[in-house]
Amino acid sequence: MIWGVLQFPGSCDERDAQNACELAGADTRLIWQDETSLDGIDGVIVPGGFSYGDYLRVGAIAQFAPAMAAVKEFAAGGGPVLGICNGFQVLCESGLLPGALLTNEGTRFICRQGDLVVQESSSPWLSEMNAGETISIPFKHQTGRYFAPPEMLESIESNNQVAFRYAEGQNPNGSLNDIAGVTNEAGNVLGLMPHPEHAVDPLTGSIDGLKLFRGPAGVVA
Amino acid sequence: MITARILIRPKEGILDAQGKTVEGALPALGFSGIEHVRVGRMVELQAESADRLEELCEKLLANPLIEDYEIEIV
Repeated sequence: MIWGVLQFPGSCDERDAQNACELAGADTRLIWQDETSLDGIDGVIVPGGFSYGDYLRVGAIAQFAPAMAAVKEFAAGGGPVLGICNGFQVLCESGLLPGALLTNEGTRFICRQGDLVVQESSSPWLSEMNAGETISIPFKHQTGRYFAPPEMLESIESNNQVAFRYAEGQNPNGSLNDIAGVTNEAGNVLGLMPHPEHAVDPLTGSIDGLKLFRGPAGVVA
Repeated sequence: MITARILIRPKEGILDAQGKTVEGALPALGFSGIEHVRVGRMVELQAESADRLEELCEKLLANPLIEDYEIEIV
């Protein structure tokens, strides 16, 4: 099993994402922005960072990278795609996920450990977790306020596309309905603002993030 | 070539964190009587024609979910 981790100019969490995939039992390959083929890749991670300097709007430029065209095709074929933080923003901008991310309500960059509550979902990314379970992973972003217009929000909620919510009282950014992560309708594409790839080693306090990476891999390390 | 100015703003009803922060700084600087500060951006560009500017806004310059835009040909 080989997972591709995208790399744009300005990405910064791609090595941690690779490390997480490897701990979950998968081999990895970095995929540079101008690659056009995902042949041989079984899963894709769009990592965190500041792609293309986040100029114009977070995630706005990266959606036009050749590698993203390949990711769209991969996702349309049912391939598992995970966007973390800036990767989540890129997936929203590229239309693979519903909604948009806005500047945190308090405008500050936040960086702290926090709790997410797993929601009812058929996504393969959540197959190693149970609805109602709480996981502890780092929150680390400045543009993480999830927003969707009322009609879109309603359809996301009724289709069980909300994958994670911030635990009660822990919404750090003003996200609507405490939403921390959403999936596409099919469930194979997941995006979330907090960082599961930074919670894979007991040294840093929690290994809850590993469960996500084990999900579609079907590998129990 | 034509010159276009494209004004992009957060949609009404969406909390504009940047505008709120700017507004919050005003009293300390001695400004009073200023409210409803909203911060957007202006993109100025030259184009052979205005034909595809709207498409450009929809696809790249603005995110229609969260932002409104106006195109002004100068």
